[in-house]
Amino acid sequence: MAGGQERILRRRIKSVESTKKITRAMELIAATRVVKAQDRASSARPYSDEITAVIVDLLRAGAAKEHPLLRDNPTANTAAFVVITSDRGMCGGYNTNVLRLAERAIEAARAEGREYSIIAVGKKALKHFRFRGLTVDAEFEGVTDQPIYDNARDIAATIRRRYETGQLASVDLAYTRFLSAGTQQAVLRRFLPLEVPEITEASGPSADLEYEPSPTGILNEILPRYLESRLFSALLDASASEHASRQRAMKAATENAEDLKTTLSRIMNRARQDSITTEIMEIVGGAEAMSADKGSAHELIPSHLEPEHAFPVHLDRTDHSPSIH
Amino acid sequence: MPLVVELVSPERTLFSGDATMVRARTVGGGDIAFLAGHAPFVGALAVSTVEITLVEGGSEKAAVHGGFIEVSDDHVKILSDLAEMASTIDVERARKAQEKAQAAAQNGDDDEAMAALARASARLVTVEGFH
Repeated sequence: MAGGQERILRRRIKSVESTKKITRAMELIAATRVVKAQDRASSARPYSDEITAVIVDLLRAGAAKEHPLLRDNPTANTAAFVVITSDRGMCGGYNTNVLRLAERAIEAARAEGREYSIIAVGKKALKHFRFRGLTVDAEFEGVTDQPIYDNARDIAATIRRRYETGQLASVDLAYTRFLSAGTQQAVLRRFLPLEVPEITEASGPSADLEYEPSPTGILNEILPRYLESRLFSALLDASASEHASRQRAMKAATENAEDLKTTLSRIMNRARQDSITTEIMEIVGGAEAMSADKGSAHELIPSHLEPEHAFPVHLDRTDHSPSIH
Repeated sequence: MPLVVELVSPERTLFSGDATMVRARTVGGGDIAFLAGHAPFVGALAVSTVEITLVEGGSEKAAVHGGFIEVSDDHVKILSDLAEMASTIDVERARKAQEKAQAAAQNGDDDEAMAALARASARLVTVEGFH
């Protein structure tokens, strides 16, 4: 009977409502996290700008360029890929875009006859590559939600160790760049060997800098820090993108839930109306039948017999005003 | 003309202001102080204390665990991937860490314990000012 349908609909509306509350909360959280991640990215910028400036100065001063992070590894045949995704879903196409980009690059490397090595940052990357039957050499979880510098240090250490021992020919970084709250872009960037900015001959007075210890000594110290700081800014960018994507996805989900709720309530109201109508029909029908039973003889005289006595068509009326006879 | 000093860690700028003097210690083991007009300088910092003497009097101290200092045109930039201003150092914790590291260093003389000891000592020196 129709009352059952109404109950089912009521339950569905309730569940849509609570889902909507969740998606709305996630949208708001993501919105604050975007702002926070952006703030952190901008407060991290002075450090990375400075460190780049110091490296340029050191190279101008003629620091030896044979640091392991600067040279190629001609004997190695492995291309490493650091893929930065989120740990959780519910962020639209965010993960898919990075993963597709990374996978194309991996395929290209394999087509050239090179080995690949995957360093997965974020659960989604790990699951994706495992599912595809690719080996993941290192994994980092719980990083991308709110990355801290220690995370960058750990990841950079893993990469650096393998690069410095000559196992890797190159390291590429696949992550999502945060362009604006509305635009994020999955990019693939060369991470190692480090590309040294071109030194123009017309360099200023920085050639007569004093160094303690030697320029090469400082360079050896500073390059690993440079690596970490670049990775850190990639992580922050990815994190801001993740939250922006999540905010958008959750906003759409909240709107969909709202639409669904409207549609379902409409259906439910109609079902309720139908069931009320049916009930009234049953009651009135019953009452009519009873009065017909008790009817005295004169009421059955054909001249008094109205059509509705025989055909209770009026019974689908919902008003309770007495009938005309 | 005062020195324009900036102390930046990877996560944020810890200190930014004008100073008359900056004292730091480089990896070589020697303290070095910078006044206005110092020749351009780049150095790697030891695990130590950086002291910034402010123009308006008083000084700011920070514990730096490695890092770099660059001086040019009266701009002093201190980069440290681990730096703490004296006001944010938890003395109690640092002292405990120092004791723990000391014990560990005596038992097995490993690099990690020594590094931890150096860090804890740098924090304490920064706050309490003895050597």
